[in-house]
Amino acid sequence: MFKLNIFFIFVVIACALGIVTSQHTARKLFMELENEKGIERKLEVEWGRLQLEQSTLIMHGRIEQIAKENLNMTAPAASSIQIVSISNAEDRLNPKGIEP
Amino acid sequence: MIKIKPELAQIKLSAWRSILLLSLLVLGLVSLAGRAAYLQGMHHDFLQQKGELRYSRVIEMNADRGMITDRNGQILAISSPIASVYADPKVVKITPEQLKQLSGLLETSMAEIDDRIKRENSRFVYLKRQVVPDTAEKIMKLKIPGIFLSSESKRYYPESEFAAHVLGFTDINDEGQEGVERGWQDSLAGELGSRRVIKDNKGRIVEDIENIRTPKPGQDLVLSIDRRIQYRAHVELKDAVKINKAKAGSVVVLDAQTGEILALTNLPAYNPNRRSTINNERLRNRALIDTFEPGSTLKPFTVAIAMEVGKINADTLMQTSPGTLQVGRKTIRDVNNKGELTVAQVIQQSSNVGTAKIALSLESQTMWEMFNRSGFGMLTNSGFPGEASGILRPYNKWRTIEQATMSYGHGISTSLMQLARAYTIFASGGELKPISLLKQTMPVMGQRVISRHTALAMSRMLEMATKPGGTAPLAQISGYRVAGKTGTAHKLIDGQYANKRYISTFVGYAPASNPRLIIAVMIDEPSAGKYFGGAVAAPVFNKVMSGALRIMNIPPDAPANNVVTFTATPEMDEEG
Repeated sequence: MFKLNIFFIFVVIACALGIVTSQHTARKLFMELENEKGIERKLEVEWGRLQLEQSTLIMHGRIEQIAKENLNMTAPAASSIQIVSISNAEDRLNPKGIEP
Repeated sequence: MIKIKPELAQIKLSAWRSILLLSLLVLGLVSLAGRAAYLQGMHHDFLQQKGELRYSRVIEMNADRGMITDRNGQILAISSPIASVYADPKVVKITPEQLKQLSGLLETSMAEIDDRIKRENSRFVYLKRQVVPDTAEKIMKLKIPGIFLSSESKRYYPESEFAAHVLGFTDINDEGQEGVERGWQDSLAGELGSRRVIKDNKGRIVEDIENIRTPKPGQDLVLSIDRRIQYRAHVELKDAVKINKAKAGSVVVLDAQTGEILALTNLPAYNPNRRSTINNERLRNRALIDTFEPGSTLKPFTVAIAMEVGKINADTLMQTSPGTLQVGRKTIRDVNNKGELTVAQVIQQSSNVGTAKIALSLESQTMWEMFNRSGFGMLTNSGFPGEASGILRPYNKWRTIEQATMSYGHGISTSLMQLARAYTIFASGGELKPISLLKQTMPVMGQRVISRHTALAMSRMLEMATKPGGTAPLAQISGYRVAGKTGTAHKLIDGQYANKRYISTFVGYAPASNPRLIIAVMIDEPSAGKYFGGAVAAPVFNKVMSGALRIMNIPPDAPANNVVTFTATPEMDEEG
């Protein structure tokens, strides 16, 4: 009877220590998770900032200015545009009118 | 070894002493146990809470405001975190040296900072709101006790003034004040959340206790706006307002098939990123909240209903000679004597006399119903705050002269947006399309106003107006068939028509064979000499439309000898 009691005392102590360790591990892991979440938030902020930057860089006005001033580009006049009619092109590719 | 004397052991003590001692001990134990039971049992919750307070903290969880993008997913408004610097005057300990550095970083005078941190009875005072992250970091490096950062978010508008009236802006507390930011505040705004956590001695979060409220991030909003067309519209409007020395102007671009607003711009405008540029004049979203008398742009509606009820057809002859028409004691005038015109020419040359004659052949109720079903006098339900409905008076109050003048757009008021929407009737084969500022994914159902036949006939007349002999040859775009109508109206000021103050308008659509875009232009008080809609507003229409047609890759429906035809000359290939 006495021996059994001793045995149970050891079991209880072991369990108690187990709880302490697992609690500790849980907290450690949780801290890690929080850390990662913090990084996620930071990356999201960064992503937002980059989107904003991209959006500013592709502003139509800016592109137009660069195209005109740095690259000497102009919008083509209507007379200098050639339009390829799709139906005509198809006719030519398939002159005999064979159904595919 | 000392032997205990036997006499000592035999001293007899009185029994009550031991009993007293024992009972005192027992009493002590019982009271201890009682107290313990009391605390554990009855005060358990209270004490538990007190205990947790030592190590648990409630953390606020931010919820970002939703992004606003255009129809192609390009960002129009986005929130980015930013810090605000605040102080707890009870805790602040600052050396003169630090004060000087802080004042430099915050760009605030030392006296002002000093004044704020000396408000003894306050525990929270902002030193500066919305500080750029770099500066915030430097301030933290000064390590002044009692000075902290709080994280907030700031709204950025990459389009700055180009989309100012569409988007509006938010105030410093992230509440929408104008435009979409205000109209869709509820869905854009996120809901803050909070949770209770356990922190260790180093301030790290080690355990979640409970989620008090889950944060709800704001929803992103996809507008129907096309950023590229919006830009084009604003730039061209700006040019026109400058050239014509106008007071103000607006442009509305609609998708003729879905009623989506592709662009909406007004001048004068402001930069939503810089609140100091905002004043009441600049703030006005004129296309929606200002109404004006539409003038001749209303004529097609009068003529269309007369055709619909069978009073006239496109070839009916109307005598407009001598260029005036006496109605009661008032005289209706044309710019010149246009002689005998067909109905189509009445529209093409914009004859007031011709239109008034057509109107007088109609029942006032019929005319009112046409205007009403075309959406005049009714809100467009675009979702914008403060939208104006315009005025369409009930037909039983119309006098004859009023019916005559209303036929060419006087005595009735409308916003530019309503006018643009009404033209969906002619562009879509007779249906009034509901307009929307949000991107539509489903085909929209319109409301039939006139028959397809009448709509097409009117469309052909409107096309004539942009051809030589019409009022708006400047609206013509090479490669495309364009339909549209000019309008020039005297401005109403305090109920009186102002002398030499005009509103020039043009509403049109292209390609006329299968309309895709409707553009309405309004220029307020052009004062550089020209004031006719065909000379002032039509060129803006032309530039915005040709730009938008190219942006949207809409094939020309009136190509002028520039279509590559393979069948006729196969050698074209080698020539490129």
